[in-house]
Amino acid sequence: MNPRRAFLLLVVVLVLVPLVPGVPIFWITLLGNVGLAALVAMGLVLLTGVGGMTSFGQAAFCGFGAYATAVLTTAWGWSPWAALPVSLAVSGGAAVVLGLITVRLSGHFLPLGTMAWGLSLYYLFGKLDLLGRHDGLSGIPPLEIAGHALTDPRAVHYVIWIAVIAAGVLTTHLLDSRIGRAIRALRKGQIAAEAFGIDAARTKLIVFVWAALLAGLSGWLYAHVQRTVTPAPFGLNAGIEYLFMAVVGGSGQIWGAIVGAGLVTLMKEALQRIVPALFGNAMQLEGVVFGIVLVALLQVAREGLWPHLARFVPGRPRTAPAEAAPLARRMLGAGDTSRPLLVLEAARKQFGGLIAVNDVSFKVGRGEIVALIGPNGAGKSTTFNLITGVASLTSGTVKFDGAVISGTSPQVIAGRGVARTFQHVKLEPEMTVLENVAMGAHLRGRSGVLASMLRLDRRDEGRILKEAATQIERVGLTEHMTKPAGSLALGQQRVVEIARALAMDPELLLLDEPAAGLRHFEKEALADLLKRLRAEGMSVLLVEHDMGFVMGITDHIVVLDFGTKIAEGPPETIKTHPAVLEAYLGGAA
Amino acid sequence: MDGTILLFLLQDGITNGAIYALLGIALVLVFAVTRVIFIPQGELVAFGALTYALLEAGKVPGTVWLLAGFGLLAFVFDVVAAARERALARRLAKAVLIDLAIPGALVAATLAVAGRELGSGAHFALTLALITPLGPLLYRVAFQPIAGASILTLMITAVGVHLALVGLGLVFFGAEGLRAPAVSDLMVTIGPMLVTGQSLAVYAVATVAIVALWLFFDRALWGKALRATAVNRLGARLVGIRTGFAGSLAFALAALVAALSGVLIAPMTTIYYDTGFLIGLKGFVAAIIAGLASYPLTALAALGVGIVEALASFFASDMKEIIVFMLIIPVLLWRSLKHTHVEEED
Repeated sequence: MNPRRAFLLLVVVLVLVPLVPGVPIFWITLLGNVGLAALVAMGLVLLTGVGGMTSFGQAAFCGFGAYATAVLTTAWGWSPWAALPVSLAVSGGAAVVLGLITVRLSGHFLPLGTMAWGLSLYYLFGKLDLLGRHDGLSGIPPLEIAGHALTDPRAVHYVIWIAVIAAGVLTTHLLDSRIGRAIRALRKGQIAAEAFGIDAARTKLIVFVWAALLAGLSGWLYAHVQRTVTPAPFGLNAGIEYLFMAVVGGSGQIWGAIVGAGLVTLMKEALQRIVPALFGNAMQLEGVVFGIVLVALLQVAREGLWPHLARFVPGRPRTAPAEAAPLARRMLGAGDTSRPLLVLEAARKQFGGLIAVNDVSFKVGRGEIVALIGPNGAGKSTTFNLITGVASLTSGTVKFDGAVISGTSPQVIAGRGVARTFQHVKLEPEMTVLENVAMGAHLRGRSGVLASMLRLDRRDEGRILKEAATQIERVGLTEHMTKPAGSLALGQQRVVEIARALAMDPELLLLDEPAAGLRHFEKEALADLLKRLRAEGMSVLLVEHDMGFVMGITDHIVVLDFGTKIAEGPPETIKTHPAVLEAYLGGAA
Repeated sequence: MDGTILLFLLQDGITNGAIYALLGIALVLVFAVTRVIFIPQGELVAFGALTYALLEAGKVPGTVWLLAGFGLLAFVFDVVAAARERALARRLAKAVLIDLAIPGALVAATLAVAGRELGSGAHFALTLALITPLGPLLYRVAFQPIAGASILTLMITAVGVHLALVGLGLVFFGAEGLRAPAVSDLMVTIGPMLVTGQSLAVYAVATVAIVALWLFFDRALWGKALRATAVNRLGARLVGIRTGFAGSLAFALAALVAALSGVLIAPMTTIYYDTGFLIGLKGFVAAIIAGLASYPLTALAALGVGIVEALASFFASDMKEIIVFMLIIPVLLWRSLKHTHVEEED
């Protein structure tokens, strides 16, 4: 069964269930609860599984949505539909404020932060007179369509599931786009993403706000289905439960959220029936069972259930369109050709007492291949990080095309046309080679979040993918285009990184040990590629240990040792330079 | 408000702060060795308090069944793991001793002792003996199988354990709150303040525990070896540190500290099966303010949390919890900004 058919089947089942005579109302209500939970879990999947930000506080955003509409419809007499935009605005606004604080937190501090405000907001909901304190607000009107109050669970069922399906479709579209690639790139770390001009903090905030909007929508629906709101469903325990759903379904899988929400909701219902039957009183054993299942799941099936279900609906990886208008290219050498492209002036980097880069100066001319060589620990990769803005200089300057770029951000430097590869490959292993390379062209696309969700980005997206495919072909990896990047040999992954850098259409290409792990003929192909790029006017700065490779293609070599430049010049001079021989061979030669 | 109220609030805050400090240092300890953010620490405190209160009331605490249950579970885990590695014969004896014999002996001892009014001292010791093994058993069952996983996965696991323990607390201790009788009626007058013996005991135990842990982890070779486990498990193994044992030891120490805190607070306030979480989270706030790294800083931060809480409960009692938990946000922000994240190259 292909995904499209599976999706249609889901829709048909959801449409038919309430129409089948004899289906108890209770089941319809339960299915509605699954839908409400799935909305929140879906946002959480995007946030946690895809974006790498774990939130325990998601239930609080439901609270914002629910309380906003509860106050407006009971105290102010608004219609629920008029309150919907306000509910969303309140949830979204709260997400912007909390997100600005939270998404900057690193590692495990982020989930702890969400726990802190999740708990605080729960207490706040219960303390405010406006929100009815611990008793909450009741007497909330039901939804109404054309004068008919939707009090029948069957009617509500359709409203809820239309929202869930729409949210799922929009979110899936979002992920399958330029912005989506940026979101997916964040999980493994920000450095690679930022090197291609992706604003990590902004992208995280987008995900955070979208997840909160879905939760707010769920809260709004909840308020008008339950007709009463109290603080309890928006506390930390509820937040943990939503996270549990996301983990059960399979964090990283949008549609897995429905599976997770369904299983957890049904399990909860079953426990509420079985436990009193077994123990005679309504003891809350849900927690025990949930806790044990959660722990067990993380031990035996950390990726959740969805990947196992997804085998029955194999999707096809995204491919590049056969025809697409080429992306606009940078005019190489458009700047002032009389001055060098990249200039380091007394660049210095100190980590405490250690001087990693000691007042190093050198130039890279236009259409030139320059190599940075030196023994291990000489400061070559740190120099790369100083040029690309990953690390900040202690003193000195870096100029690109006459403008000072030191002190700006990696995104800004990428925007000027500096692309790089990494010594330790930084690809997203689960994304295909094509998608990884397409990330390189991020800055050359324009489509934003809304366009992506509504699929108005297809022309733009096609051009990006076509460009990515062209670059993959150029580096000779066409046959691997639709494979997950992590399945390639390490040497090939380095070449994928080069294709990704090329997709940026750079003016300066920084390559950190590009030939490491390549076989002899692959090295020759790489050397040919670099020479062709030079002929086109591109400049290349590379760090490399393979001296045969370096000597064969470079115009100029800079030698570092213990952070200090000890020599520079054309390959022939360097080969016989006494200081270089001393550094490499310890003076024995 | 006059000086007396302020002094009273300060004293109250410092006493609570000392308890939070004990919790905080246990969290730092567990994190430093295993990278687990041990959210259920608070539950262990509540279990300690309830166990002591029940023993004092002459009853058999449900802890014994909890201990026996976890022992059995850990035994199953150990046998399965040993069988998989084809080392069953070699490891069976050890598993029987640690998972079955020791918990069994403690259960038997408790059943024999309960109701005989052996006095607070015996009950105190028995509480420590019952709660401490829960730590390593929990580690064995929930955390050791995924010891190499990311901090995040370990943290979600910890949340799972928290959920399970709160539920089990209800099963084994019931929904009613308990309070133990005060150990002594000692009252000391220090200047204008009246300090109870209970408070003095809290200060003394907290101080000793914090100094001992700090010296152990910062000065002793053994402590450094334990810390190395968290930094790089493989590397630690290569230089001969038994990482599994290190984790068990850390959890045992944490459970011991929890039992101590539990006994100390049992006479001060009524404890319910789910009281632990909130107390634990306040220890957390302190540990996080100290970056989950420093024992003295955690202790200081805990006192700060206690004092802020005491002041907040007087001036804005409605907002007490909100103020305490929001303390963490600016600290986290400051840490994130200061500590420019260097991505680990793995």
